[in-house]
Amino acid sequence: MSAITLVEAVNQALAHELARDENVVLLGEDIGMNGGVFRATAGLQARFGSKRVIDTPLAETMLGGLGVGMATQGLRPVVEIQFMGFIYPAMDHIVNHASRMRNRTRGRLTCPMVIRTPYGAGIRAPEHHSESTESMFTHIPGLRVVVPSSPFRAYGLLLAAIRDPDPVIFLEPSRIYRLIKQEVPDNGEALPLDTCFVLKEGTDVTLVSWGAMMHETLQVAQQLENDGISAEVIDVATLKPLDMDTILQSVSKTGRCVVIHEAARTSGFGAEIAAELGEKAWDVLKAPVLRVTGFDTIVPLYRKEMQYLPSVERIRDTVDAVLVYERIV
Amino acid sequence: MTDNNAVVAQFEIRYHQFLTKEGVLVQPLPEPLDNNPTLWKEMYYHLVRNRMFDEKAIKLQRTGQMSTYPSTEGQEAIAVGVGMAMHREDVLVPYYRECGAHLVRGVKMDEMFMYWGGDERGSLYEQIPNDFPYCVPIATQCLHAAGVAAAFKYKQEKRAAVSFIGDGGTSKGDFYEAMNVAGVWHLPVVFLINNNQWAISVPISQQTACKTLAQKGIAAGLSAEQVDGDDIFAVYHATHLALDRARQGKGAHVIEAITYRMGDHTTADDASRYRDNEAVQKHRDECPILRLRKFMESQNVWNAADESALIEKIAADIEAAVTRYQQLTPCPVTDMFDYLYETLPDALQEQRDEVIAYFGDRS
Repeated sequence: MSAITLVEAVNQALAHELARDENVVLLGEDIGMNGGVFRATAGLQARFGSKRVIDTPLAETMLGGLGVGMATQGLRPVVEIQFMGFIYPAMDHIVNHASRMRNRTRGRLTCPMVIRTPYGAGIRAPEHHSESTESMFTHIPGLRVVVPSSPFRAYGLLLAAIRDPDPVIFLEPSRIYRLIKQEVPDNGEALPLDTCFVLKEGTDVTLVSWGAMMHETLQVAQQLENDGISAEVIDVATLKPLDMDTILQSVSKTGRCVVIHEAARTSGFGAEIAAELGEKAWDVLKAPVLRVTGFDTIVPLYRKEMQYLPSVERIRDTVDAVLVYERIV
Repeated sequence: MTDNNAVVAQFEIRYHQFLTKEGVLVQPLPEPLDNNPTLWKEMYYHLVRNRMFDEKAIKLQRTGQMSTYPSTEGQEAIAVGVGMAMHREDVLVPYYRECGAHLVRGVKMDEMFMYWGGDERGSLYEQIPNDFPYCVPIATQCLHAAGVAAAFKYKQEKRAAVSFIGDGGTSKGDFYEAMNVAGVWHLPVVFLINNNQWAISVPISQQTACKTLAQKGIAAGLSAEQVDGDDIFAVYHATHLALDRARQGKGAHVIEAITYRMGDHTTADDASRYRDNEAVQKHRDECPILRLRKFMESQNVWNAADESALIEKIAADIEAAVTRYQQLTPCPVTDMFDYLYETLPDALQEQRDEVIAYFGDRS
């Protein structure tokens, strides 16, 4: 078994589910012969046919609405939105229909669909190809929002997302599509949703992140280790519904927490985690929960995008800041 | 030799009518309508029930027993005609006005009252579990119908989807995107435009420069036609043919049914603010119910005794539905959590407990 990238793991998961369940269909723009602009669906149309891997007209509202209609009739549509910046025409269908169908029909009609989309900055892409707007979706009751940060978790979480009986927004961090390779056995074993993953255990500070920023976060954890500071690192993975228990458990041990995300700061998902910690961990916190985030600006065009993204240096400085506090009893 | 100024596309939209407002046939009725008093009476029953249901719903709203309700007065032939032309295994994807179609397909009157009366169980549709519930966001339902039709095609089932849309809705992108994909994928779906001339306060003249709304389908490669929406024979026949073609894999179709919105947009609206009552009165004698009754009387298959017996029966059925609605056991407040996901996520447990602490776990 050779090691594969995150985007190859996505492809492997899609192929696995297409082979396993004939109700799974892929819908998207340029996903067929072309294999998707990031190659996430490369070879799938040749293998499973154009009836299962469908190049659609160029219309994102349509992708959202078709997915809803198909899902209610027992299919498992997996919709690719080419870039997250183009998901907004489908918002009406995600927010007003996919997320609500089960509730408004008291379980009579359901919407087991997945909307996958590459997201995030750092790939020198044109305008509108770099934003991280996950918290627009984490705010919506009825949705799941899932973000993998490694090939292994991309495979296991995407299997779980496709098999989930409710709609899932599956955000693929494009900056790390090909950053690392891992051996990912194609064994069909899904990873649990609604669960945070502790990537590294530690005792002095908890670092919480997701998606591409996991990599800078892990680098900082390594630096800290070299400096004799023990950081626990948590990959949130499912942002909604949030597994706050794992984060609380960690913070009750470390007493300190830094949340790192590349999305803009205001109403970013870090605020939710910080607020939960403020309510439920105030008695164990030794320092304020700090956030390292993208700025409240438009993501700059690519010459400046790396300055927009939280850097290892910014993360380290913030961790150092929470480490200097001592709890005043 | 090439013609550098050739006409490369042409289209026409036909208008179909069988029954005039006087109840007179202007062309012979096709099968299965021809010489079929049983079918005419069934249509008449559904039309009258739709009208009487509507009147009762408005009364319930006016007396504070139900919330906002959209009247269908004067537009019953569209809902009933379509509902009756559909097969049971087809799927209806409505917007929010065509209660007559739901009722024809077996949705219970008390379910309809429950929906507009603020109870989600009104969308349970126990009798017709694949039909979509009401759809409030304009035109979005057209794409759901296309998706349903795509699923039928994928599973090679001989079924079709029907989506209603209003005249205002045809200005929205969802409508075009739905017709476009239905055209290019030859989906078994029929888009039924209820052109009642008004989108709340905006008249059709301010909605589009198109001469017909049907022709919007031509742009997507669909066949399209206009019918007299107050003539149930025309609505039924056009829908019946379109659904047959759709189920046979011959593609999607657009029907624009011309009618007039007699009532306010909803009970929350006051149409006197923006339209002249004289224009409304002018349309009173177009009434789809009256014209079918005149026709049946002229055929000697309906009389005053039939009429009063019918009204008596329907009134009793409606009263029984109202009683069931009024005696409804409230659903548990925790239902707002329990149908959000298939399994309640741990993250929601605390909030669910909180609602129980304040309101109990019953109602």
